[in-house]
Amino acid sequence: MKRLDRHKTLADYRQQMDQCVKCGVCRAHCPVFGEEGREAVVARGKVTLAHALLNGDIEPGPQLSESFSQCLQCGKCVRRCPTQVPVDDIVLAARREIVARRGLSLFSRSLTSLLRRPRLMHFLAGSARRAARLLFRRIPQKSGLRLRFPAPFIDRQRSLPALAKKTFRQRHPEFIAGQRDRPIIALFTGCMVNYLYPEIGEGALKALAAIGFNVMIPKNQGCCGLPALSAGDGASASDLATRNLRAFGEHQPDQIVTLCASCHSGLTRHFCDLGPDYAALAERVVDINDLLVSQGFEEILQQLSQPAQKPKVAVHTPCHLRNSGLDEPPKLLLAALPTIELVKMNKANACCGLGGTFSVHHYQTSRQLGTVKANAVKESGADLVATACPGCIMQLQNSLDQADLPQRACHVLELVGEALSKGSTELT
Amino acid sequence: MIATRIIRIIEDIVGAQHVSTADTDRLCYSYDATQRQHRPDAVVWPSNAAEVSLLLKMANAEGIPVYPRGAGSGFTGGSLPIHGGLALVMTRLDAILRIDEANLIAEVEPGVVTRQLQKAVEALGLFYPPDPASLKFSTLGGNVAECAGGPRCVKYGVTKDYVLGLEVVTPQGDIIRTGGETMKGVVGYDLTKLLVGSEGTLGVITKIILKLLPLPAAKKTMLVLFDSIDGAAQAVAAIIGGKIIPTTLEFMDGTTIDCVRRGTDLELPEAARAVLIIEVDGDVDLIEKQAATILQLVAPLGVVNTWVAANSEESESIWQVRRSVSPSLRKVNPDKFNEDICVPRSRLPEMIRTIEAISHRLQIPIVNFGHAGDGNIHVNIMVDKAEPDQEQKAEQAIEEIFTATLQLGGTMSGEHGVGVTKAPYIPMELDPAAVAYMKAIKKALDPNNILNPGKIFLQD
Ligand SMILES: Cc1cc2nc3c(=O)[nH]c(=O)nc-3n(C[C@H](O)[C@H](O)[C@H](O)COP(=O)(O)OP(=O)(O)OC[C@H]3O[C@@H](n4cnc5c(N)ncnc54)[C@H](O)[C@@H]3O)c2cc1C
Ligand code: SF4
Ligand code: SF4
Repeated sequence: MKRLDRHKTLADYRQQMDQCVKCGVCRAHCPVFGEEGREAVVARGKVTLAHALLNGDIEPGPQLSESFSQCLQCGKCVRRCPTQVPVDDIVLAARREIVARRGLSLFSRSLTSLLRRPRLMHFLAGSARRAARLLFRRIPQKSGLRLRFPAPFIDRQRSLPALAKKTFRQRHPEFIAGQRDRPIIALFTGCMVNYLYPEIGEGALKALAAIGFNVMIPKNQGCCGLPALSAGDGASASDLATRNLRAFGEHQPDQIVTLCASCHSGLTRHFCDLGPDYAALAERVVDINDLLVSQGFEEILQQLSQPAQKPKVAVHTPCHLRNSGLDEPPKLLLAALPTIELVKMNKANACCGLGGTFSVHHYQTSRQLGTVKANAVKESGADLVATACPGCIMQLQNSLDQADLPQRACHVLELVGEALSKGSTELT
Repeated sequence: MIATRIIRIIEDIVGAQHVSTADTDRLCYSYDATQRQHRPDAVVWPSNAAEVSLLLKMANAEGIPVYPRGAGSGFTGGSLPIHGGLALVMTRLDAILRIDEANLIAEVEPGVVTRQLQKAVEALGLFYPPDPASLKFSTLGGNVAECAGGPRCVKYGVTKDYVLGLEVVTPQGDIIRTGGETMKGVVGYDLTKLLVGSEGTLGVITKIILKLLPLPAAKKTMLVLFDSIDGAAQAVAAIIGGKIIPTTLEFMDGTTIDCVRRGTDLELPEAARAVLIIEVDGDVDLIEKQAATILQLVAPLGVVNTWVAANSEESESIWQVRRSVSPSLRKVNPDKFNEDICVPRSRLPEMIRTIEAISHRLQIPIVNFGHAGDGNIHVNIMVDKAEPDQEQKAEQAIEEIFTATLQLGGTMSGEHGVGVTKAPYIPMELDPAAVAYMKAIKKALDPNNILNPGKIFLQD
């Protein structure tokens, strides 16, 4: 028998599925539906299909996998749903259900069926595949990055960040002392910061040093598990959770700080399902922006000196922060930064289109959503678009590159880090 | 089941990727906002009138029922494929063909979402008033087929008041045009008026010519809380009696307020047992005066609190509350029977009292909200079908409410249509000769009964 993971099953959501009144409100808000226009991808349709799967009215098959794969996990439907049906969670439970019944192969099979589509084939190229193989030799088996970029799907045109020569965790010791009386926090690096964007982590270290925090970077930590969950692989997700519980549990840090909106969502929203130990850990997880704002970090930033030339910066709000009610902290930090000029951008809350594994399965739709964002950045007149999620950064950068736009996507913490180092050089 | 041979024909007409017999699609086009489910045998997404015409000709030849569908947000099951056959999804016809600023008209395809058209015309300083609460997702085709109304209809009228002309594929597959672009026109029967509100039983709409108005300069939204439902009902009569027609006069009772309280930042104290959302629009000085007069008129009627929106964002947050009402009622009881009776405006207090009495006597919660300004109330009979004899009680309540409505000179549906849910009650309102007249029209136009069969009239 296949091993059952400890996440909620589809049956646990029966009551919540019954809450769907089929009103159709989600048709106005689901970004994937906005592009595809078919009921089988809108929240209302997914709930119907999940319900049918649970009741045995439909059998797992390629079409069902296809529908459930068409979800960005952006939660926009849930926010607007008048009866708060947790469609994003139901989709994940349905993916796990399918994988549990049919094995992971069903999802990969629907992937290969995509391969036969000429539009997508067009984007695949041998060179990218070779590059991807190289890239993947250095990334552990269980990292979410592997799920985000299964090798054959890396297309020639997608711009990927270069792999850091030395990972973030290799570059820094496991304990960085701050002031004696200040709290000890643990840094959850996440795969993207560790392998691709160490500079975000370094920005965070500078900020934490500025408020005297002691920082622990447990070496044995792993991926948050969200990409595995997103792929319906509940078993791997709970393995990763156990690993993280061990890595962080033994140090008993005051707080566990995330640098990535998706990791934050993975550790808070999905950890709790696994049992009391996990829930206790989840309660200590805090997003870096949120933490800094709670420490009055804006005041520190406001005191930094103003440069003559300030880049114009627009803000993109990651769905995974918005759904946790954390839209404000990144904006507050940016607003306090004297080194930049904040500009307004339309569609600041629209999904970037990455959606974990979504962009791999549905690259075309993902790109269309990305184009909308890229245009918004352009119209805002910004030089940079700042956000609080490395996943969004990668997708935004790819969308900007595809549109031949010069703007760059970056993390709020990179800007904070830069401002802090400039500030200190001026002081010395 | 539809034979493979026929699916091949359909593929030839619309293209293979625009027809599906997959279980996933059949399930996802089996429902609408009534929450009833009937699976079609196949789902078809045509892209123009010519394709629809071929599909209907084929359907006549093969005897396959065809069910037109917009967004599937209907409240009476108009789009439900109750006899299987084809779900004909019109959402690919979604172009705004033109907005003619000189003649104040717009020509659109039926799959355009209501709000999309409103945004497009408002950007040009124009105005398309009909505003069903579903406007962010319902289609104009569905609006025309149901003659949708909304809050603004008190002052501006309903969908039929804005439809000047149509392109329609007849049940037998001919493409015809009705009406036109002119404000007047009396050549031949007024087929446009006949088709508006015909619930997809007399033809498939493929183009719509709509009348537009200049966008009012400003508007003012007010939320007035009353300590009793009677106070609110009297307020409506007082405002209309005071010779003021506001843009909207929306009403919610106490239970409705309880349901929406959690989803809003607006303060809705428990003492408020009824709410009116009153909006006026027009030139700035005019609306200030009107607003003041209205507040004066209602003041003696048990006002708990008044909230005047300072800007369009605040006004939008008031409206967001109103739009969230219908789906949030589920919090009262899992199943609801949703009626939308309409009575002459002056009889509103009487009607509300009657409904309260019925609710009390039968011991089932009945929640009321709606477009009080035109006497149109959404009556929601909340039951739990799992409980014994609740369904029966609900049916009794519905009959009693309809009887009272008709006695007061009203109608049993103001805007949601008949579809399947109200078909059994048609004989209560229409006399047999009128029903026979309607059926004769349907039979003449659709002799094989293939277009949306089983709707409006009960089967013989
Ligand atoms: C939350 C909510 C609020 C609502 N508020 C209101 C409201 O305030 N006022 C109101 O009037 N209604 C309201 N409704 C009901 C519904 O939204 C309207 O009836 C709307 O007009 C239906 O549009 P649709 O595109 O969803 O049509 P559907 O539900 O898909 O179809 C409705 C009918 O139109 C027919 N049809 C659709 N397209 C065509 C076409 N191109 N040619 C011929 N026939 C066609 C169908 O066969 C069916 O009979 C509400 C519904 C919901 C869920
Ligand atoms: S908004 Fe919520 S209740 Fe309405 S159809 Fe979508 S999922 Fe169902
Ligand atoms: S989570 Fe986002 S993509 Fe998924 S169904 Fe909801 S709105 Fe659509």
